[in-house]
Amino acid sequence: MELVCPAGSLPALKAAVDNGADAVYFGFRDSTNARQFAGLNFNDKRAAEGVEYAHSRNRRVFCAINTYPQPDGWAQWTAAVDRAAALGVDAIILADMGLLDYAANRYPHIPRHLSVQGSATSYEALSFYKDNFDIRRAVLPRVLSLDQVRGVARNSPVELEVFAFGSLCIMAEGRCYLSSYLTDESPNTRGACSPAKAVRWQETPQGLESRLNDVLIDLYGPGESAGYPTLCKGRFEVEGSVYHAIEEPVSLNTLDLLPELEALGISAVKIEGRQRSPAYIADVAGTWRSALDNLKRTPGMFTVENEWRNTLAGLSEGGLTTLGAYHRKWK
Amino acid sequence: MMKLSLGPILWFWSKQTVFDFYAEAAEWPVDTLYLGEAVCSRRRELKPDDWFALARDLKACGKEVVLSTQTLIESEADLRRLRKICEQNEFTVEANDQSALQVAIRNRIPFVTGPSMNIYNVATLVVLAKQGLRGWNLPVELGKETLKQLIGGVNSTGLELPSEVFSWGFLPLAWSSRCFTARHYNLPKDNCEFRCLQHPDGMELRSRESQELFRLNGISTLSGARYDLMRELPEMAAMGVGTARLSPELHGMAEVVQRFDQVRRGEVPKTDPLQLVEAPPCNGYWYGMPGMDQVV
Repeated sequence: MELVCPAGSLPALKAAVDNGADAVYFGFRDSTNARQFAGLNFNDKRAAEGVEYAHSRNRRVFCAINTYPQPDGWAQWTAAVDRAAALGVDAIILADMGLLDYAANRYPHIPRHLSVQGSATSYEALSFYKDNFDIRRAVLPRVLSLDQVRGVARNSPVELEVFAFGSLCIMAEGRCYLSSYLTDESPNTRGACSPAKAVRWQETPQGLESRLNDVLIDLYGPGESAGYPTLCKGRFEVEGSVYHAIEEPVSLNTLDLLPELEALGISAVKIEGRQRSPAYIADVAGTWRSALDNLKRTPGMFTVENEWRNTLAGLSEGGLTTLGAYHRKWK
Repeated sequence: MMKLSLGPILWFWSKQTVFDFYAEAAEWPVDTLYLGEAVCSRRRELKPDDWFALARDLKACGKEVVLSTQTLIESEADLRRLRKICEQNEFTVEANDQSALQVAIRNRIPFVTGPSMNIYNVATLVVLAKQGLRGWNLPVELGKETLKQLIGGVNSTGLELPSEVFSWGFLPLAWSSRCFTARHYNLPKDNCEFRCLQHPDGMELRSRESQELFRLNGISTLSGARYDLMRELPEMAAMGVGTARLSPELHGMAEVVQRFDQVRRGEVPKTDPLQLVEAPPCNGYWYGMPGMDQVV
């Protein structure tokens, strides 16, 4: 299985490559990709350096252009596809059907990967993208149980990449409009969820408030560790009780599932986190490299080493990890 | 004249409640009815054959009937139900997921797309039109400026692709593999005791300052405020929007439909308060603002 790591900057890209990533993915410094953060991502010069760095070490580079262009942004998004093609990337990660069509017609020789933002959760949906845009690979949304992944994998017409580690989207990706409901930006439109520009922190007598466009997402008492106000991970009131009504702040970690994912014929495991630091990327990539090497070396004997588990737990939201939807009971 | 539609019932209602609702709706001035379970695979008060029978009855009453498909497809059983909906030649299908697109295209049945299908540009519409698309819904998070450009773009290609806009009701905003209703009751999703039946309008999720943020409805999350574009209806008609979609609620729907019908006819609607589940209004998406905002 290929280890696909995030690169939000050139140092992060190098950290991923140096620590064992088989492939890295990046986006341009604008809203054409789903991790639009201030100070993050690549201009053309940096991207060219990154591609050169990875290629000279026989690693692959994917470019994510996985937001949904509206008519007034169409030229900017197709230009992003042109720029990725000119950089000589190994694949373009796309979600929008119009853009997939553009890339398939204009650059048929450059493999197209369906982004997780394309919301394809069944082999019928994958066949739609294969038939219409000849995609090579698809990234599955983080909503399927392992059994359901098995069903998709058995009949999939394309390679599959699954999320292995990092922040956990609890909603079917590409179809979540919660962020634009509270702010004016969503992953689909602007490549942003719970955007930093709308975040406000405030110490009050009741505790530390985190707000998103003035909406109270969470309130932390003394001793509680505060997290970023991702709107689906706040504490809310439903019928008189206050709790994490949608999801706790927790990270996905599928180390335990590696043998099963391999047995299903999954082609690649993906690490989330282009917004993360080079040091984080180095630790995560190194840990997953060790695990994948171990899996290859000792087939049928794979066990998760405590050191990997501890390293990843230390890098997780709230120090907690979950198997997420892969584990049926989580639902 | 602009058409009015009733979208699929997004809540979980008993079989009798559904039948009673549509028996009334057959008499309302709506043109199109979307029938079927679009949210949760466990909601099976009506079997596919019940929906087909209902569809035929309503068609006989002179309504245009479209069969809606489930939005989040996860299992082989979900695909079997989807195929059943697409293995008929009496009704158009509303594809709410790309799985439905694929099956509808393969079976060569006419299809339209629901608001959860990501249509953000003209190129996407052209791709789908080549495969047999007959009409489309604007994604709920898009507003009038984008819609104007989309309609203009479609017109310049010479395609006949009528647009539909979600115009009234709680906005469907997200779908998860997790059931939030079951989570509230500390029940596993697979053994949820069908608690959604007790919440025919969903469950309110409020901030700790009592602001209505969302409505939890099984695996789906809807807006806490009620989207209302009644005032914008003439503007939509002038733009060339084909249909305004109203999303079913258990109470007060007859009056809502009546008022939208009056507005589309250029009449002044009644203004006395409606007997609805209490919720603030919103229309921000239409104006390119946060969806929860209300532009007055």
